Amino acid sequence: MEVMLTKRIIPCLDCDLRVPGGRVVKGKEFKQIRYAGVPWELAAEYEEQGADEIVFLDITASAERRETMAHVIKKTAENVFIPLTVGGGIRGVEDARKVFSVGADKVSVNTAAIKRPDVVNEIADEFGSQACVVAIDAKRRYLREESALKKAEEEGKFIVDTAEGKCWFECSIYGGREFTGTDAVKWAMEVEARGAGEILLTSMDRDGTKDGYDIELTRAVCESVRIPVIASGGCGSPAHMIEVFERTDASAALAASIFHYREYTVRDVKLHLKEHNIPVRL
Amino acid sequence: MIAIMNYGMGNLFSIYNSMKKVNGEPELVSVGEINMLRQADGIIIPGVGAYDDGMRRLKPIADELREILSGGVPLLGICIGMQLLFEESEEGNERGLSLIPGRVVRLPETVRVPHMGWNNLHFSYSEILSEILEGISEHDYFYFVHSYYCAPRDERHIVAFSEYGVRFAAVVNIDNIYGVQFHPEKSSKKGLHILKNFVHICKR
Repeated sequence: MEVMLTKRIIPCLDCDLRVPGGRVVKGKEFKQIRYAGVPWELAAEYEEQGADEIVFLDITASAERRETMAHVIKKTAENVFIPLTVGGGIRGVEDARKVFSVGADKVSVNTAAIKRPDVVNEIADEFGSQACVVAIDAKRRYLREESALKKAEEEGKFIVDTAEGKCWFECSIYGGREFTGTDAVKWAMEVEARGAGEILLTSMDRDGTKDGYDIELTRAVCESVRIPVIASGGCGSPAHMIEVFERTDASAALAASIFHYREYTVRDVKLHLKEHNIPVRL
Repeated sequence: MIAIMNYGMGNLFSIYNSMKKVNGEPELVSVGEINMLRQADGIIIPGVGAYDDGMRRLKPIADELREILSGGVPLLGICIGMQLLFEESEEGNERGLSLIPGRVVRLPETVRVPHMGWNNLHFSYSEILSEILEGISEHDYFYFVHSYYCAPRDERHIVAFSEYGVRFAAVVNIDNIYGVQFHPEKSSKKGLHILKNFVHICKR
């Protein structure tokens, strides 16, 4: 029989921690916020459907909500026995320790790591690489002008030839509200060297669009690092997951809305993948 | 009571909760509480982290632990806890517990490391299937996360293999000593099933 590592399907729970106890929200835009449910109940439902892991993202990313996130993870870890990752507003070792102590397995850091890259080393040294996920929110920067292309080349940007033209990918922080000038592919290589165990790669161009994952971005990062890469941003159907696994070496695919709206269960998605000979745990 | 060794290697919340779930009467036992270990019906060495770190923390009680185990108390080593059962590791310089002959080696360069995710088992048929895998099939998946793997000197100690760039020992067993490279406490229902098997072994 065939024996191989399966591709992971990871539902992402965007949590609004301003609500007592925390709520999972549909849609990251605050103006159109809708509640999808209680985090630990949804997590248990996804485990039952066959989710391989759960990511909890604190969309409020606020320091004063840390106790609420700890409570959410604790309640979840009492009944849900698959890996749990916590992201959003993790500033360093102490924030990480708090969620690990109540049952989280990994933390994902973005803003804190860009601001002070040693945070990656510190978390990896303290809790192990397997517990240290670096989230990269990347946006395409097209190089339409010859001068822009030349400048990007001089700066050593990782330039990708996409169907829409040449571009590089810029890291953003604070949930996409601020751009840093950092090259996402090079940053991925740097955090790998610093001890990150995994990269959660979100396309800011595709996030929320349901147009599918950014294949060129995902491929560029997968080919540049040897740690596992989770593709994220843009998933609107099982076909998008099939595409990202067939066309890139991503180890996992993350999605939120297709599961929250109950358009598909995790199991539905996995059955589609299996039909296309993509190894999944069923 | 089943003692979960609390030796500072990762958080024990999940293993404790999952053992509670399968009525394993878990108790977190620190390295200093040797009397608790002596009373236990079974011992679990869980953990994530580095080999030398783990071994340095276990060293002070290594002799007592070996003595307790020679009395037949079942032991389950999970992930790094399994690797510590061997003699040595490429990851560090410390001598392991040496309960199982063999060493721990790095996964090959040909695959993404760590081996992170859900993989299945391939049973070795040289002997009768170990009780730890009762009710488990080769189609069941378990959650792995590791960069090194155990290479027992005697293949007969391997109960099940997994494959990731190399065929490696996923489950080992000698007498009352068991080791699993994956995390049963993070492997959903099938993982709980393995923990339940261990509880049965302890209560026998």
